[in-house]
Amino acid sequence: MSDPVLEIRDLRLSFPVARSLVDLIRRAPVRQVNALNGVTLALRRGETLGVVGESGCGKSTLARCIVRLNAPTGGSIHFHGQDIFAPDQRHDRRFNRRVQMMFQDPYSSLNPRMTTGEILAEALRVHRICPAGDIPARVAELLDLVRLPKDAAQKLPHAFSGGQRQRIAIARALAVEPEILIADELVSALDVSVQAQIVNLLLDLQARLDLTILFVAHDLRLVRHISHRVAVIYLGRIVEIGDSETLFKDPVHPYSRALLSAAPSLDPAERGNRTHLEGELPSPLDVPGGCAFHVRCPHRSPRCSAEVPALRPLATGGAAACHHIEEIANERL
Amino acid sequence: MTHDATLRLEVSNLSVTFPVGAATLPAVRDVSFTVAPGEVLGLVGESGSGKSVTLRSILGLTRRYGQIEGAVRWKGQDLLALNEPALRRVRGREIAMIFQEPMTALNPLLPVGLQITESLKAHTSLSRSERKARAIEMLDMVGIPAAASRLDNYPHQFSGGMRQRVMIAIALAVRPRLLLADEPTTALDVTIQAQILDLILALARDFDMGVILVTHDLGVVAQTCDRVAVMYAGRVVEEGSVRDVLRAPLHPYTIGLMRSVPQDVAPRSRLYTIPGTPPGLLHLPPGCAFEPRCPVSDVSCAVSRPDLASFGDGRRAACFRCEIRPAEGATAA
Ligand SMILES: Nc1ncnc2c1ncn2[C@@H]1O[C@H](COP(=O)(O)OP(=O)(O)OP(=O)(O)O)[C@@H](O)[C@H]1O
Ligand SMILES: Nc1ncnc2c1ncn2[C@@H]1O[C@H](COP(=O)(O)OP(=O)(O)O)[C@@H](O)[C@H]1O
Ligand code: SF4
Ligand code: SF4
Ligand SMILES: [Mg+2]
Ligand SMILES: [Mg+2]
Repeated sequence: MSDPVLEIRDLRLSFPVARSLVDLIRRAPVRQVNALNGVTLALRRGETLGVVGESGCGKSTLARCIVRLNAPTGGSIHFHGQDIFAPDQRHDRRFNRRVQMMFQDPYSSLNPRMTTGEILAEALRVHRICPAGDIPARVAELLDLVRLPKDAAQKLPHAFSGGQRQRIAIARALAVEPEILIADELVSALDVSVQAQIVNLLLDLQARLDLTILFVAHDLRLVRHISHRVAVIYLGRIVEIGDSETLFKDPVHPYSRALLSAAPSLDPAERGNRTHLEGELPSPLDVPGGCAFHVRCPHRSPRCSAEVPALRPLATGGAAACHHIEEIANERL
Repeated sequence: MTHDATLRLEVSNLSVTFPVGAATLPAVRDVSFTVAPGEVLGLVGESGSGKSVTLRSILGLTRRYGQIEGAVRWKGQDLLALNEPALRRVRGREIAMIFQEPMTALNPLLPVGLQITESLKAHTSLSRSERKARAIEMLDMVGIPAAASRLDNYPHQFSGGMRQRVMIAIALAVRPRLLLADEPTTALDVTIQAQILDLILALARDFDMGVILVTHDLGVVAQTCDRVAVMYAGRVVEEGSVRDVLRAPLHPYTIGLMRSVPQDVAPRSRLYTIPGTPPGLLHLPPGCAFEPRCPVSDVSCAVSRPDLASFGDGRRAACFRCEIRPAEGATAA
C-alpha cells in the first residue's frame, strides 16, 4: 500500500466571478473565487483517503480536478507518473476509464430511459472492456458484485430506491475496471442503514479489486470508519493529514480540533462538551492572508496573519500546517 | 419555572391518508405523543416513514392533499377542528415551523430583513424599531456575519446554508411557544449545526418553548433532545427518554438503527445493516410492519399488529417480543 498512484502537487484553481452590470459600470476589478490554494497530496495504491472540511472549502473541486472535469490554474496531477493535464494526455480515454467519479445524486447522472442492463452494457461497450458476446454475462456479474437482484437489469432507474440507484452508479463505475474511485458525498442523502450497506460494499470491493478510493463526505463518523488516512481541508488548503484513527482521536491543528468536536456524539452524557468554533467560514472571494484560519483561531499570534504555515510532518506520522503546533500541544498537557 | 399546562401539545391518534389513484396511502397511522413546554422531542425514522407528514399535519398543512384524523390539542383546543383562518392565526405566531426545503419558504423577491420584520409585524406588537433590532439580533444569533449590513440582501445573495439559517431566524424571531423543525440542520456543516442547535436549546430553556425536531442523525438526538419517538412505516414504534432509547433500545428496528451507525466498532470493519427494504405503504403487511425484516420475529408477528404498549417511565414500544428485553437492558446497564 505504499506506491503512490496519484500525486497532486501544489494544485490551485481559481474561478473568475461573473461580473454584474454594476461591476462593469463601476469598472470594478475582476474578482476570483480561490477554490484550491495549493493542495499537495499522494494517493497510495489500495488506500481510502477521506476528505473533510466545511462546505465550500474545495472538496468537490479537488475531486473534479482529479477526473479532469475542472482544469486547475496551477500545480499538477500525475497518474502513474504521467501528467494528466499534459497536452498529449488530455484525450487519453484510458485515463478516463481508470479513474472513475461517482456523483452525489446518481439519479441525475443515470439516463432515465435506459434500463440498468443497458446503462452497464453501454459503459462496457464504449470502453471496449469485453467482447460483445460477453457483455450480458459481465452485466450479471456486475449486478451481483453490487448485490442487486438479477432482474434489476430489465428495470429503469426510477424503479429503484435511493440506495439501489447508488449501487447502479457504483456498478457503472466499476464496469470499466477502474483503479481509482472518487466518491463525492456518495452516501450523504441516504438513510443510516442504507449508508451502512454502501460502506460495506465499498470495503468489500476495495479488498477484492485493490481499489484506491477518495472518499469525500461531511459525515465525520463515516469518514473515520472507512478511511485509512484523512485530509482536513480549510479554504482550499490541507491543514492536517494523517492516519484516520490517530487524527480523529487526537487532532492537532486548531481547525481540525474544532471541526471534529462539533460532530454530535451518540452519547447523551457528553452533552455540552463541544468546543465552539467562533465566526464564519470566510468567503473564498477573499481568503485571509497568512494562515487562512487566523481570523477564527483562538491560538493566533501576529505571525499567523503574516506568514502561510507550511504542512510539516508530525511525530505521529501525519502532517499539519500551523505555526504553533508545539505550544498548543504543550498547553494541553 | 412553573409550566403553563395549556402550552402542552397533545397529539392523539393522528392518522393521515393520501389518495393515490384508486388506492389510499396511509402515510401516518395512529400516532400519539405529547410535548411539554421547554421539552425537545426528537422524531427519527428512515426516509418515507412519515416524519414530515406528522409535523405538517399538526398545523393542518396536509389537509389540502389528504385526509387527517385524530386530534391535536393545543391551549385547550383541537387545532384540527379549527377552520383555516383560525389555524393561520396560530401558525407562525405561537407555533412556528422550519421546513425541510428552505427555498420554498423564503420569498425570493423580498429582502430577508423585510421578511423577518413583516413576520414580526403580523405576529407581535413590537414597534418598528424593535422589529428591526430583533431582526438583526436573530440574524446575528444564527451566525450571519455582519447581520446589520445584510438586511437589504435578497435570498439569492446568500449561500444555501445561510438561507436555511435565515429561515430559522424568521421562525424563531416571533419567540414561538412551540417550534416544529423538520431537519433544520441536515444541509448545514457540523460547525453551523452546533450553533443552531444550541440556539434552539437556549430558546427552549429560556422561553419555555416546546420543540419537535425531525432528524435522521442520532447524534443530533443524543445532543439535543429530551425524548425521542422512532417512526417506522407511518407509526411510532418506540418512544422514551433519549438516554433510555439510545442506550438500551427496545424495538428491533431501533436496535438495528443504532447498530448501523459506525460507533465503537473496529475501523473498516463491516457495519451491521438492517436486512431488506422498508415496506411500500400501499402494501403493508397485515401484522407488524417490520416483520419481513425483523431478526427476532415469530409466527404471531405476521398475523397481528402489536400495540404501542407502555414499559414504564414514559417508555413505549410496539413489539410482541419486547417484554423480555427490559430485564436484559437493566442487567447490561
Ligand atoms: N401529498 C402527498 N401525496 C401522496 N403521498 C404523500 C404526500 N406527502 C407525503 N406522501 C407520502 O407519505 C409518506 C411519508 O412521507 P414523509 O414526507 O412524511 O416522510 P419523511 O419521514 O419525512 O421522509 P424523509 O426522511 O425523506 O423526509 C411517503 O411515502 C410519502 O411519499
Ligand atoms: N464552476 C464554478 N464557478 C465559480 N465558483 C465555483 C465553481 N465551482 C465551485 N466554485 C466555488 O469554489 C469553492 C469550492 O467549492 P466546492 O469544491 O464545491 O466546495 P465543497 O465541495 O468543499 O463544498 C466554493 O466557494 C464554490 O462556490
Ligand atoms: S497558524 Fe496560527 S492561526 Fe493558523 S491554526 Fe496555527 S495558531 Fe491558529
Ligand atoms: S412485533 Fe415481531 S416482527 Fe415486529 S418488531 Fe417485534 S418481534 Fe419483530
Ligand atoms: Mg461538495
Ligand atoms: Mg421529511
